[in-house]
Amino acid sequence: MEGGEQVTEKNLEIEKKPVNMNNNEAEQEILSPWKMFVRKFKKNKVSIVGLIILIIMILSALLAPILTPYDPYEMDYSKINEPPSKEHWLGTDEVGRDYLTRILYGGRVSMKVGLFAVIIEIIIGALIGGLAGYYGGWVDNILMRFSEIVMSFPFLPLAITISAVIGTKVEPQRRMYIVMMIIGFLSWPGLARMVRGQILSLREQEFVQAARALGIRDSKIILRHLIPNTVGYIIVSATLGMAGAIMSESGLSFLGLGVTPPTPTWGNLIQNAREVYILRNRMWLWLPPGVCIFLAVMSINLLGDGLRDAIDPKSK
Amino acid sequence: MSEAILEVKNLKKHFPIYKGAFRRKVGDVKAVDGISFKLKAGETLGLVGESGCGKSTTGRTILKLLDPTEGSVKYKDKDVLNAPKDEMLKLRREMQIVFQDPYSSLNPRMTVSQIVGEALIEHKLYKKGKELDEYITEVITRCGLAKYHMNRYPHEFSGGQRQRIGIARALALNPSFIVADEPVSALDVSIQSQVINLLTDLQKERGISYLFISHDLGVVKYISHRIGVMYLGNLVELSEKNALFDNPKHPYTQALLSAIPIPDPTKKINRILLKGDIPSPANPPSGCKFHTRCRYAKDICKEQVPEFRDLGGEHFVACHFAK
Repeated sequence: MEGGEQVTEKNLEIEKKPVNMNNNEAEQEILSPWKMFVRKFKKNKVSIVGLIILIIMILSALLAPILTPYDPYEMDYSKINEPPSKEHWLGTDEVGRDYLTRILYGGRVSMKVGLFAVIIEIIIGALIGGLAGYYGGWVDNILMRFSEIVMSFPFLPLAITISAVIGTKVEPQRRMYIVMMIIGFLSWPGLARMVRGQILSLREQEFVQAARALGIRDSKIILRHLIPNTVGYIIVSATLGMAGAIMSESGLSFLGLGVTPPTPTWGNLIQNAREVYILRNRMWLWLPPGVCIFLAVMSINLLGDGLRDAIDPKSK
Repeated sequence: MSEAILEVKNLKKHFPIYKGAFRRKVGDVKAVDGISFKLKAGETLGLVGESGCGKSTTGRTILKLLDPTEGSVKYKDKDVLNAPKDEMLKLRREMQIVFQDPYSSLNPRMTVSQIVGEALIEHKLYKKGKELDEYITEVITRCGLAKYHMNRYPHEFSGGQRQRIGIARALALNPSFIVADEPVSALDVSIQSQVINLLTDLQKERGISYLFISHDLGVVKYISHRIGVMYLGNLVELSEKNALFDNPKHPYTQALLSAIPIPDPTKKINRILLKGDIPSPANPPSGCKFHTRCRYAKDICKEQVPEFRDLGGEHFVACHFAK
């Protein structure tokens, strides 16, 4: 569009249109898988909403110290069990801690547990799935039977048992790491199976044969050639897995077997609802953390669905 | 031409067939069933045959990408199939492969310079850095790509360009033997000639030997010095290319050559039509495997396996009646 300044605005617009279209076409021809993915994802309005909600929740958890003037552990016995007010938007709890502050900090813990549980899940799942898929034969048999064994443990009873056995020996502040590990170590088999399936089909592709002909080590073939090609699927299952992990953490903490007070999490904040009096008369104590769990899990699920659709090359 | 650098003896590759809940072995697909040939330095041996006759399996078994069932492969007097790991790694530098499908043969998540340079780093020939980049640039420009292509991903290239990347990848290790597994059959005719010329130029420059696998007889005739014809896992005829084209001895070769279309409508050709289909390699016919479709078949063909014999002048044929 050189010399565009001399042309009137109207002419400029008419001229611009075809030029833009050409640009689009040129872009489409050399669209990288990543660009295609972003474009498809943007079309999915529902998952954009999920993404926005999730970003807001993450930001509010990260910026908690700026957003609230209170400390989540600071007790104030002069203000016990107050209803919502100007100073305390969601009131205070039985030892006078600001409840909104506790929810914001609780979000930090809940999402951190979800994130790290999923990271553990991905590392174990991708590695075991990768090994089983690449080597096949008896390696595959052993690893897959092992993952089936892990998969067939009923999650809740086992998690409760582990948490009850190990949890008592650990100080409350460290308990969240135990919870991360319990969830992470019990949830990898699904991912391992999916990665294995992907790698079984990738293994037969000629670029893997070429890598073998070049004398590339097996470990590098798995880590550089095979796993990167399953990354899309891993991301999708990680987002969905994170929603599950947050739910599991909440469930365990609600039962008093996950993260325990004074460390706040959404799960153990709902514990208040176990008292009938609070359940009936002080809704602000259990409704907000419940809504937080709901919003977080829903937005992550929406995001995960959108990612899955965008990553599937057959969908439009 | 000088001495044989590659010697294949009685190479066999059988794929087991399993059936039932207990995965009982019920038979073998005899994809390659006893192949022997020699390849000299700087020579191209063309391997032709129908789909499913075991051409590609032969190429891959020689490079030990598939484990052979039987037989031996010697490269410069070194046993390839039983080589220990570190020895094999050295052999990998000398023996390379170019694949048929330019789409699935390049990792979509690696850039050109990563694809070409990966093996160089793995074999500790170069370290990441300027020298490696310079060498990669040299290799890819030799293969008809430009320096600015280095950081692009495979999907940004056309089929012909991708095949050049595949060739550059094989070439980077400076091999002296390349298995070209139908390297041009996925390309347009105009691009085919470019890629074939690249291969022949590289042969002249570096003295590379090719095992050129193809089902396109025209291409094979152009590029090869000698040609082997395969049928159902066996070589039926192996000879210098002109001898094979002018004077085919094996009835299968005769039928195959008569099927080449001639771009002249006035010329009448006697096409030899083969009866029936190619038999299953899981259950090949007895005796000469070709007897079920051969015009000249006699009783002896059903009973005795013909010897792969030299009719003189290194023209090998596996037929009882060839003279």
